[in-house]
Amino acid sequence: MTSPLPARRRIGPALTYLSLIVASLVVLVPLVVVFLTSLKTSEEVADGGALSLPDDWLNFGNYVTAFNDGKMLSAFVNTTVILLFSITGTVLIGSMTAYAIDRFRFRAKKPVMALFLIATLVPGVTTQVATFQVVNSFGLFNTIWAPILLYMGTDIVSIYIFLQFIRGIPVSLDEAARLDGANSLTIYWKIILPLLKPAIATVVIIKGITVYNDFYIPFLYMPSEDLGTISTALFRFKGPFGAHWENISAGTILVIVPTLVVFLFLQRYIYNGFAQGATK
Amino acid sequence: MTETTHTAPAKVPRAAASPGTAPAPDGSRRGGRVLRRLTPWLFLAVPLALLVTFTYVPVGNMIYYSFTDWDGVSPDRHFTGVDNYEQIFTRPELFRVFFVSFYYLAASAVQIVIALYFATVLSFDLRFRNLFKGILFFPYLINGVAIGFVFLYFFQDGGTLDSVLSWFGAGSDHAWLGDPESANTSLAGVSVWRFTGLNFVLFLGAIQSIPAELYEAAQLDGASRWQQFRHIIAPSIRPVLSLSVILAVSGSLSVFEIPYIMTGGATGTTTFVIQTVKLAFQFNKTGLASAAAVVLLLIILLITWIQRRLVPDEKVDLV
Repeated sequence: MTSPLPARRRIGPALTYLSLIVASLVVLVPLVVVFLTSLKTSEEVADGGALSLPDDWLNFGNYVTAFNDGKMLSAFVNTTVILLFSITGTVLIGSMTAYAIDRFRFRAKKPVMALFLIATLVPGVTTQVATFQVVNSFGLFNTIWAPILLYMGTDIVSIYIFLQFIRGIPVSLDEAARLDGANSLTIYWKIILPLLKPAIATVVIIKGITVYNDFYIPFLYMPSEDLGTISTALFRFKGPFGAHWENISAGTILVIVPTLVVFLFLQRYIYNGFAQGATK
Repeated sequence: MTETTHTAPAKVPRAAASPGTAPAPDGSRRGGRVLRRLTPWLFLAVPLALLVTFTYVPVGNMIYYSFTDWDGVSPDRHFTGVDNYEQIFTRPELFRVFFVSFYYLAASAVQIVIALYFATVLSFDLRFRNLFKGILFFPYLINGVAIGFVFLYFFQDGGTLDSVLSWFGAGSDHAWLGDPESANTSLAGVSVWRFTGLNFVLFLGAIQSIPAELYEAAQLDGASRWQQFRHIIAPSIRPVLSLSVILAVSGSLSVFEIPYIMTGGATGTTTFVIQTVKLAFQFNKTGLASAAAVVLLLIILLITWIQRRLVPDEKVDLV
């Protein structure tokens, strides 16, 4: 601060900060406005402009309405159940596949690997018309098992993440255990799985956020109102609440808050997880 | 305990010691060998069953349905040859959805440039760096339906956008989602808002994996920020950049959530996937919808193939 910098040297950083602040405003303003709206009464929403402040900052009535009339409780329960099953399934399936592919030599290894590889090229949205018929033929349409199976069965990213990690685990550990009389299942369960913890954390985070936010699959496969997930339950706000923006806003904030909390606590892991998940 | 001292085989090359080929320590009996053969399949049975059931069977069926006039319900379906494909390419109202993709393609280009700029800026030391990082990335984590509602309110008549614009004295009475042009532009804008953060984090990760000595050396040589970007950053993030491009192209073709939630496909905002979903599940035209999906799948495969040819993947070490 003591030695004045030449003007050019100061304008550069100033512009950089300005661009960052503008970008932050672009991100935050739409969200903040919805938060403000969620605290307003319906009269305030009708009379005031979008950017006006609520009279009573502790007016949580809209949240109660949204939570009760919007069936948010059952939506959160359904989403949690789907999350638990599909994440557990993804972790087990992904790690088992990676273990089998990395630790065994068998003739069909390359074809099996190719099956998984080629499947990454098929985007899920393109095949839903036909996937729907498969799910339907199992009698799983409109049950909570449809999304669970679909989330478990199509996650190739997690297999890649596990494969990368499993390569880093020395094979000598497996062999030591084998000499002690452990069979493959014990080795997988007692040695490999515990050592995969960092990879599991990554997969849980990526999968968790994907499942929590997914709209397409529950929308197609669970149209019944009792089976709403947070996405589909929120989507239904469009009907009964019509133009009641104070209630819609409250519902929206209710859905965003858990994500925000998780993000604030796990920031570092989330960045890493997404970088890993997308590049592998 | 004595057995743990026998871990000498650890030094044996991995292939030889691998359980599939190495004789069992107790002298292999036939039953043991069969079991050993089966072991990998024990682990692969469930994953493979799911993979085949939910990926390969649907793809196969989809191709088959696309040559029929099936309605998705009735037991009889008729083979109609390439009729469905002909319809897609000749009926303007079906083909139109491709043009909507161009809005999202343009948006992806904007998004990649913005992400690249901020990733570069934030990879240098800055005050509040982590705060800015968090703010830029967070939209990517938000639920799509929630984003849809946030921006429905944002674009409303007299809503957030109009209010902000009126501060600057700009005309503030525009039905942003009212006509096809501005509706698609607005929706594409939402997708920039939503996905820039993902690209940003990918670029940031790539930039930060560049060894710091490179910058130090460059700075000693008096290289400017732009020169550092041009000669150090740009070349080393090429793989991630090409990944982003491919994600952007296939993403632009398969847009669904935001326009479906915000406009329901009205005012010319119907995308390929919205149309397919409507054909299949509202109008019961499973055959036609399948053909549309096959076309989309082929386009995406073609783009992926072109990308692989143009930018060879350096680390295909999966097998």
